[in-house]
Amino acid sequence: MEGQTQARYDAEVDNLKDTELRLGLPGSDEEPKKAPKKRGLEDSSVKAPAETGPTAKAQVVGWPPVRSYRKNSIQMVKKGGDQNNEKGGMLVKVSMDGAPYLRKVDLNMYKGYRELREGLDVMFKCFPAAKDEFAVAYEDKDGDLMLVGDVPWEMFITSCKKLRIMKGNEAIGLSSSP
Amino acid sequence: MKVQSAMFYFPEEVIEHIFSFLTHHPDRNTVSTVCKAWYKIERLSRREVFVGNCYAIRPDRAAARFPGLRSLTLKGKPHFADFDLVPPDWGGLAGPWIEAMARSCPNLEELRMKRMVVSDESLELLVHAFPNFKALVLVSCEGFSTDGLAAVARSCKSLRELDLQENEIEDRGPRWLNSFPDMCTSLVSLNFACLKGEVNLKSLERLVCRSPNLKCLRLNRAVPVETLAKIMNQCPNLEDLGTGSLLADQFSEAYVSLISALQKCKKLRCLSGFWDASPLCLLAVYPICANLTGLNLSYAPTVQGQDFINLIQHCVKLLRLWVLDSVGDKGLAVVASACKELQELRVFPSDLFAAGPATVTEEGLVAISTGCPKLNSLLYFCHSMTNSALITVSKNCPNFTRFRLCILEPRKPDPATNEPLDEGFGAVVKTCKNLRRFSISGLLTDQVFYYIGKYAKALEMLSIAFAGDTDQGMTYVLNGCKNLRKLEIRDCPFGDGALLADVTKYETMRSLWMSSCDISLRGCKALATKMPSLNVEIINEWEAEMEENLNNGVAEVISNNNNKHINNGNDERKVEKLYVYRTVGGPRTDAPDFVWTL
Repeated sequence: MEGQTQARYDAEVDNLKDTELRLGLPGSDEEPKKAPKKRGLEDSSVKAPAETGPTAKAQVVGWPPVRSYRKNSIQMVKKGGDQNNEKGGMLVKVSMDGAPYLRKVDLNMYKGYRELREGLDVMFKCFPAAKDEFAVAYEDKDGDLMLVGDVPWEMFITSCKKLRIMKGNEAIGLSSSP
Repeated sequence: MKVQSAMFYFPEEVIEHIFSFLTHHPDRNTVSTVCKAWYKIERLSRREVFVGNCYAIRPDRAAARFPGLRSLTLKGKPHFADFDLVPPDWGGLAGPWIEAMARSCPNLEELRMKRMVVSDESLELLVHAFPNFKALVLVSCEGFSTDGLAAVARSCKSLRELDLQENEIEDRGPRWLNSFPDMCTSLVSLNFACLKGEVNLKSLERLVCRSPNLKCLRLNRAVPVETLAKIMNQCPNLEDLGTGSLLADQFSEAYVSLISALQKCKKLRCLSGFWDASPLCLLAVYPICANLTGLNLSYAPTVQGQDFINLIQHCVKLLRLWVLDSVGDKGLAVVASACKELQELRVFPSDLFAAGPATVTEEGLVAISTGCPKLNSLLYFCHSMTNSALITVSKNCPNFTRFRLCILEPRKPDPATNEPLDEGFGAVVKTCKNLRRFSISGLLTDQVFYYIGKYAKALEMLSIAFAGDTDQGMTYVLNGCKNLRKLEIRDCPFGDGALLADVTKYETMRSLWMSSCDISLRGCKALATKMPSLNVEIINEWEAEMEENLNNGVAEVISNNNNKHINNGNDERKVEKLYVYRTVGGPRTDAPDFVWTL
């Protein structure tokens, strides 16, 4: 009961907020960003809220002094899927045995192996070759052909250079044991 | 007196000939101030001009003074723009300069620009206005696309050098490489490593085939090993190579071909690129390591641990090395034992936030200083540093001209003693008499600035962040560093007292940058009033964001009258960002709304 009252109270406060008169851009609910007023020097250029720990410190604008060009390169190589990787993209070629042409997929677009599989299904279902049993393999950094699915997803996307959808007899050797 | 009057009897041609031996531009600036005759001779015979701040002089005036100009170097945005401290659309436009040169200096052959905004239209104008144009070097620039590059490629009849370093280039497709006309055979240096997109590989191969003078070639990541091997076979005289992606199958023809091609390049001295380098491809590089003088592995996080050690131990003639901190102290120890000639070392962070298991510490730096006494230029990112290490380093390497140490955590003390790093950095300035560039970090009090002011007499550029206690710190530097040209400060407790301690000093300097310090509008206004020969510019962040939102169509237009804001009474407001520079060009005419010139 008390929980409900609390919730209703919160809702009412929220409604009040909507009617409140204040300066700000339409849609901005947070504090106005960095208005030029006096502030403590400790957090003068910190944009993140004052949590403790290395993550908050890392949010200082323009620190460490590394050129954006280089920062982007670091991020592209690091965690492929995590960061907002608008500039990176992890486009890899996908070939299917028997298909007349290749496709390209952005590995960042998928959260895991199942989404990737589903995405590939959609992409290649138009080909007659897709009717058969197939296994998805990939070429890693060393050029070796590996079965997709053995390593954690994050590790996979940083080491996958090419995807290959293999069918029929060739696939038997690769597919995992029942 | 006798000698001086004798000079006036020399015909102009003789004086001009004497001046031709003066290549150092400060020297040429000096002779031009001796008398009117010398001013005239000097300006007509001047072939190279260096403008360290594009707003220090109006483009028209510079172009009119030096009609015989062949080479122009321009720098635009303040250095801290590299770290996103300067809002977009701040300025640094190349257009007005190129237009002015087009009107007055038809013989222009070389243009070098750093941190400027260049449009495709400006590049078009560049190649059509200057029939002898030979070299374009763009560093950390933006505002243009591959279409602009196509224009340069297409129209330059005798292009020798196209050097693009770490620019933000909009990718409009790979066709630009096709634009080099078939009769273009003059290329000596081509660097497109910073291009993010695909390139037309066949065009690239054809271009290389018909460029017998090619000495420097730096490819981007999109160029695979197969193409690299073909290219290397075509240019055995290459001296400087930036590889593309170095991913290759051990048994592939490409890999085998690469090995044999590299072995033929007897003149190769400088290597960079190494994207996605597999250990196998590194093996291919071993045979040429012994002659390398420059090696840049700072974009190759895959080259670490034993792979790095195996590679570097062969590089016995190395002068310049750029690496990531993932090579670790262990890797640096091998550098110290193998690279006895090393002069320049840069160690970049491989992870901006957390210390990996094998990143570098003060031990690595001490090892380098012990093994490489010729070291004179250092950029070192690390997670901590001790005073004793810095003292040892400066004893071992007294020849530093550039010393930049960045401890990733702001205000971090010496972990061994919990003390500030004043003594360590103090040791560097005391021992290194030729220090010209200095960047400091970690926990620092006013004491380190006392040392800098007292000992760093040759210092020209100083970068400070999260340091100092009182105005006295900055005052020590302004009073003591006689040769200071650029001072950039962020997040330090320096206020109006420091800013106004020695206002005439700023006339002897190129520029001052202060952000997130303790200065007020009152102090900045006082500076502007006392020193009319300076541009005192304030960047108002709130205005900058409004401008950005305006551009995005989010906010309504509000009154943006500068005077109204500056003079509405509250001079005690803290100034977030201040940029002061000497100029003969008056206030900027192209300043955006969020830049207020006082």
